[in-house]
Amino acid sequence: MRKHTIVALVEDRPGVLNRIASKWRQRGFNIESLAVGHSEVPGLSRMTFTVDGTTTDVDQVTKQMYKIIEVVKVSDLTEHDIVHRELALVKISATPQQRSNVIEIVDIFRAKIVDVSTEALIIEVTGTEDKVDALIEMVRPYGIKELVRTGRIAMARGARTPMALDGEKGEHHRYRSAGEGKAKVGSLM
Amino acid sequence: MKLTGAQIVMECLAREGVEYIFGYPGGANLPLYDTLVQYPQIRHVLVRHEQGAAHAADAYARVSGKPGVCWATSGPGVTNIVTGIANAWMDSVPLVCVTGAVATWLIGRDGFQEADATGITVPVTKQNYLVLDVNDIAQTMREAFYIATTGRPGPVLVDIPRDIQQEKTDFHYPEQVDIRGYKPVTKGHPAQIKKAAQFIAEAERPVILAGHGVVISQAYDELRDLAEKAHIPVICTLLGLGGFPGSHELFMGMPGMHGMYWNNIAISEADLVIGIGMRFDDRVTGRLKDFAPSAKIIHIDIDPAEIGKNVRTAVPIVGDVKEVLRELNPQVQPARHDDWYNHIQQIRRDHPSIVIPDVDKVLPQYVIKKIYDLSPRDTYYVTGVGQHQMWAAQYFWGDNPASFITSGGLGTMGFEVPAAMGVQFAKPKSTVWSIAGDGGFQMTMQELATIVEYELPVKFAIINNGYLGMVRQWQHFFYNDNFSSVRLFQPDFIKLAEAFGMPGVRVSDKAAVEGAIQSALDHPGPVLLDFEVEQQEDTYPMMPPASSLAETIDQPVFEDAPQKVATS
Repeated sequence: MRKHTIVALVEDRPGVLNRIASKWRQRGFNIESLAVGHSEVPGLSRMTFTVDGTTTDVDQVTKQMYKIIEVVKVSDLTEHDIVHRELALVKISATPQQRSNVIEIVDIFRAKIVDVSTEALIIEVTGTEDKVDALIEMVRPYGIKELVRTGRIAMARGARTPMALDGEKGEHHRYRSAGEGKAKVGSLM
Repeated sequence: MKLTGAQIVMECLAREGVEYIFGYPGGANLPLYDTLVQYPQIRHVLVRHEQGAAHAADAYARVSGKPGVCWATSGPGVTNIVTGIANAWMDSVPLVCVTGAVATWLIGRDGFQEADATGITVPVTKQNYLVLDVNDIAQTMREAFYIATTGRPGPVLVDIPRDIQQEKTDFHYPEQVDIRGYKPVTKGHPAQIKKAAQFIAEAERPVILAGHGVVISQAYDELRDLAEKAHIPVICTLLGLGGFPGSHELFMGMPGMHGMYWNNIAISEADLVIGIGMRFDDRVTGRLKDFAPSAKIIHIDIDPAEIGKNVRTAVPIVGDVKEVLRELNPQVQPARHDDWYNHIQQIRRDHPSIVIPDVDKVLPQYVIKKIYDLSPRDTYYVTGVGQHQMWAAQYFWGDNPASFITSGGLGTMGFEVPAAMGVQFAKPKSTVWSIAGDGGFQMTMQELATIVEYELPVKFAIINNGYLGMVRQWQHFFYNDNFSSVRLFQPDFIKLAEAFGMPGVRVSDKAAVEGAIQSALDHPGPVLLDFEVEQQEDTYPMMPPASSLAETIDQPVFEDAPQKVATS
């Protein structure tokens, strides 16, 4: 498995998610995770996909995404030095007697307990997928009643802004045409 | 003055220079039809099925160079037109399809004749819109035409609820379109073009694979200049036929599954393949890993997603074919590849591929060849899908640009009837042949009524072998002659033609073929020729599915041996 992080800026309009999902389904691209929310540009949403580069042709993903009119920018951030995070909420069973043990685990992971009742509590954890996985394994013995994960969100480190809109969509294509077929988007930035 | 939504649609169509709308009315687009009479400069063609509207608009666009426009109502109107939209999508044809939707308060409530038009057409349109505010109609229509006709052309659907068609607002037609997510690149990258010129200079065994993009961007002169300057044989894909003059010594015909044997061998032996406005479809490449094994590939296409999709590309050039070739040609070194050219010609002499045996039977390819031989130069040929289509493509060596109109990507049987209608509307003075299969013809023959009604002089040639011929051929080759549901009961096509109001002539004698074609050409109106041809003729050459071009089976030496008789 070679996990790719693909980020897209898309018009915040009805039906856009459907177009993207339809394209991924039709072309047989397998989405591992998807996170969507507003971006810094009014009217544009930012989507973060993760995809397994061994089973999905990532070059085709970005090119096919670009064919969707509402998709303004796509980058494969994998080649960048990035910060990526996921947030999870985990509701576990915990009696008052067990709580202190749980708090210990939560502290080690720099997570938070955000809700407590007599029989359960909710842990909020933020971090890489590995960290979230590790916390989940640690609290699994208490009994996981509910689990929700946001999927990865990502951003390039430093002053570089590969998702900035100064480079036109067309420019991106022009660059790609300069590559050797399977050009890596990353080297554009 | 305030205009209704329907009037705004018509104003937009008028400003886009639309001459014809192919359409069908129904409950949800009645306001559009109510407005139609106020715009006499735009002619509406009432088809007999919405699929016919889309195919007619599609074919009209292919030969006129202008976008085709079709209308349908909601629900079944939309679902009927989807085949035509998908056909235009696969073959990159600019189409603007305006559909009526149920009133806004019924959307999502399973209203009568409601179908999710935009949802259904997402995978087969370049863009689609559901317009929920009358103030958005003008902008949407402007964008629809812009998107349909620029970049890689394609169909765009605009779905307008009935009440929005009736609401009124001020009309402003946007002068400019600026869509931040849509900036097609037309100019090729200079460094890549330079590299392409180098590769061409270094090549000893180059071939050009010319596709639909040549026809779409009308790069006929540029392609000829390139081929002549560097002395490169030109092989045209099915949709590329008509992009290069058939009488030119460098024209090699079609490659691929039913392409010329010599082309498939030439591609397999080439050291440089220049793909121009084509997409390395499986019917062209055969088994991908064995495609052009010794060749470097230069790929020129306006759609970046086509580059690297199917084949490894040494020199990718994203841009409009015409613009790219204009940049490329001056950098190309004049060259001769006589050894290579003669080598291909030798294969061609050894494996002539398209020889018509001199037998008494009426062979389908003989009929098609005679149609080509007897028709004037500026004739347009429309085909359906299957054996007759492949023969029509194999024997098409014409010089008239964009005169071979066929359903390539989607392979839509029935295309031949409404498409011929669309072509005749675009070219009223030219001869238009619909070379039809007996199966496909029966899928859309209701459009004969439209053709007679509008006095279109389309010439129909049904290549009638009483079978779904290509299916029979595959069952013969690959399913042990298990002829399953392939024998086709035929209506009396002559009576049928007469019932629609056009003369029909049955031809079952080889001696009568030429005379029938000539009399059809001489007849001022539409006419139908029913050619009862040899029933079990197979289309050769043939590259079996999942094999490589080098494994193409050439046309066998004709033996008049009794063949196994297929039964239904």
